[in-house]
Amino acid sequence: MTAVGADQRQQMAYVATQAADARLNVEVETEGMTLNIGPQHPATHGTLRLVARLDGEQVVEAEPIMGYMHRGYEKLAEVRTYPQVTTLINRIDWLGSFANEVPFILAAEKLMEVEAPPRAQWIRTALFELSRIANITLFLGDMAVQLGALTPVFMAFRDREFVLNQIEAVTGGRFHPNFDRIGGLKDDLPQGWINDTKQAMEKIRDFCDEFEELVLGNEIFEARSRGIGIVPPEVGLSYGLSGANIRASGVDWDLRRDGHEALAYDQVDWKVWTHPDGDSFARYWVRLQETREATHIVDQLLDGLPSGPIMAKVPRIIKVPAGEAYAATENPLGEMGYYIVSKGDLVPFRVKIRSASFSNISITPWLLKGVYVPDIITILASLYFILGDIDR
Amino acid sequence: MSAATLISGLLAVEVPYWASAIIKLGVVALVVPTAALVLGYVFLLKMMSFMQSRLGPMEAGPYGTLQLLADGLKFIQKEDIFPEKADRAVFALAPLVVLVSTFLIYVVIPTGPDAVVAQLDVGIFYALAVSSLSVVGILMAGWASANKYALMGGLRAAGQLIAYELPLVLAVMGVVIQAGTLDLQKIVAAQANGEIFGWGGIGNPFILTQFVGFFIFLVAVQAETTQPPFDMPVAESEIVGGYQVEYTGFRFLFFFMGEFGTAFAFAALAAVLFLGGWALPWGDLTHWGFNIAGPAIMLVKVLAVSALIFWFRFTYPRLREDQLQRLAWKFLIPLSLVNIVVTGIFKVVL
Repeated sequence: MTAVGADQRQQMAYVATQAADARLNVEVETEGMTLNIGPQHPATHGTLRLVARLDGEQVVEAEPIMGYMHRGYEKLAEVRTYPQVTTLINRIDWLGSFANEVPFILAAEKLMEVEAPPRAQWIRTALFELSRIANITLFLGDMAVQLGALTPVFMAFRDREFVLNQIEAVTGGRFHPNFDRIGGLKDDLPQGWINDTKQAMEKIRDFCDEFEELVLGNEIFEARSRGIGIVPPEVGLSYGLSGANIRASGVDWDLRRDGHEALAYDQVDWKVWTHPDGDSFARYWVRLQETREATHIVDQLLDGLPSGPIMAKVPRIIKVPAGEAYAATENPLGEMGYYIVSKGDLVPFRVKIRSASFSNISITPWLLKGVYVPDIITILASLYFILGDIDR
Repeated sequence: MSAATLISGLLAVEVPYWASAIIKLGVVALVVPTAALVLGYVFLLKMMSFMQSRLGPMEAGPYGTLQLLADGLKFIQKEDIFPEKADRAVFALAPLVVLVSTFLIYVVIPTGPDAVVAQLDVGIFYALAVSSLSVVGILMAGWASANKYALMGGLRAAGQLIAYELPLVLAVMGVVIQAGTLDLQKIVAAQANGEIFGWGGIGNPFILTQFVGFFIFLVAVQAETTQPPFDMPVAESEIVGGYQVEYTGFRFLFFFMGEFGTAFAFAALAAVLFLGGWALPWGDLTHWGFNIAGPAIMLVKVLAVSALIFWFRFTYPRLREDQLQRLAWKFLIPLSLVNIVVTGIFKVVL
C-alpha cells in the first residue's frame, strides 16, 4: 500500500478546487450547466438529489438535497410504546435492520436500569455482526456496479443470502427482524444454528477473498478509485464522518471498541482496520477487511456462547421511568445513536435519531468540488449511504 | 467470379442486375438482425448469466432461445415517444444512421470465394470508413434528445470514437502491409496460402505475426462498440444510458441492433484479418464448396472473437473519459506505430 502523505493530499484537493474556480472565473466565459442528478437516478440508491454545477465534465459545485424519503420516524416514535418503536426503526437502514434496533433498546435499558443477561448480549452482538455482513457485502458488489462492472453485484447478492438465511432462521424475518427486546431477546437460537452459521461465515470469507482479487485487484477499479474523493482526517472529523469512512482516513476510532455499551465485543479478540489514504479505494478496502473481521467475531462469539436465560426480569407492560439517555453503537454505516427523553409514560416523550448517513453525506459539497462527473458516482458509492438512513 | 455468378449458379437461371441487387439487399437485411440476435442470445443473455451465477431466460422457447424475438415484439408495440423539446426530424433519423452504418460494413465481409455482396479493391478501407459513420448518428441522438445526459453521452461518444478510430486503422495497417493488399478476399487468400518460415501446414493466419495488431484491434473494437470497459457514452450508473436515454420502442431497438450488429461485424473483420476468414489452409480456395462451408467456418471464428469481446464486457469496470483518451493516445497509438515499423522492416528484409 502506497500511502499519500497528509500534506500532499490536502495540497492535491486544494489545487483541484483552485483549478476549477480559476477556469470558471477567468479562462472560460461559457455559461456552464446545471445537472440534476436524481431524485431518480441509479447511482443514488433511492431518492437523493444532487444539484451539480458543471463546467464541461468538471463539477464546480454540488449540493445534495435530501428529504424525498422523509417518513417522520422521530415524530412517529412519540405515539408508539417502546416495544412498538423497534418495528419502526427497523426501516431506517434497511439493509442492516437488526443493528438499528440495538442502540434504541440499549438506551431504553439504560433508563430502566435493566441489563440483558450475558447470553442475550452475546447473541445480540452476533446478530449485530451478521447484519453488518449482510449490509456490507451488498456495498462491495454495489460500488463495483457503480463503476461499471456488472458481475460482482450478482455475486454479492448470492453470498448475502447465506447470512440472510441465518438471520431468518433466528428471527423469522429476512430484512426486518424486530427481534430485540428491552431486557433481552425474543427467542433463543434454534437447534443446529451455530454450525450452519459457521459454515455461512466460511462462505463469506471465501467471498471476501474472491472480491479482494476480483475488484480490489482490478487495475481499472484501482485507476478509478485511487486518489478520488480524498478525505483528510481533520476534515472528516469536522464533518462528523463515522464508521468505515473515517477509519479509511486513518482515524482509529470504532465504537465497538471505544463505546461503553453492554455488548460482548470486549470478550472476543478482534482488530480495528484503518487505512491511511482516505480515498475511495481506502474506503472499499476498509469495508472489505471489516467484513472478514466480522466473520471472525461471529465465530468467536458462537464458540464461547454462555448458557443461561435470554431475558431479564422486566414488567409485562413497559413503563420507562422519567429521564434522558443516549446510546450509540457502531452500525454498518457508522455511528448510530438514539437520544430518548422519557416522562415516565408508555411512550417516549422525544426520540432523537443520530444516523450515520446523514452526517456522511454532508461532506459531499466539500468533496465534489473540482471532480469529474464519473467521479461523483465513485465518491457517492464509496461514502456508502442508504437513503432511509439519511431521511429517516 | 462474383456474387452475381453465385446467385445465378444457385438459382440455375440468368439473374438480371436489379434482381441480384434486391437479393443482396435482402441478404444483408436478414444477416444484420440475425447476427444481433445470435450475439445477444449467446453472449448477453446466456454467457453473462452463467458468469453471474444465474440461468438467464428459460421460458421463451427451448432454453429461452426466443427471448430476444419476444423482446423485439414488445419493443415494436411500445409507444414511440418524442420528447417535447426534441428536434423531431433529427431525433427520428439518428437511430437509422447508426443502423445504416452497421449495414454498410456487412457489404464487404467475405464468407466464401463468391459469397460476398461486393468485392471491393479497398475493402478494409471501406469497412473502417463506414463504421465511423455511426458516430454521426450518435451525436445526432445526443443533441436532438434535448436532454443533458444524452448530450453528455453524445459528446463522450464522439470524443471516444474519434480517438479510437486511429489505433483501429493503424492496427489493421500491419495486416495490410503483410498481405500487400486492401482487398479482404486477397487478405484471406494470403493467409491461406502463406507460409511460416517455409512451412505451410496451417497457412499463415496473421494472428501469429500480428498478435500486437490483434490486441490493439480488439481494444479499439471494444471502444468503437462502446462496450465496457469503454462504455462511458452509455454508462448506466452515471449518465443513465447517455444518448439512448430518451429513446423508446423500435427506435431503441434500432440502437440495440446497431450495437450488436456492429460487434458482430467487427468480430467478422477480426476473423478475416487475423484468423484466416472463411478459408481453411487446406484445399482449393476457388472450390465452389467453400461458398457453403465458408459461412459456417466464419461463424465459428466470429463467435470465438465475440466471446473475447463479451468476456471483457462482463468482467471489467468502466474507465473514466480522460483515462480512456490517455490509453488511446499515449499507449495504443505509439504501440501500433511501432508495430507498423517492425512489420515494415520484416517485410523488406524477408
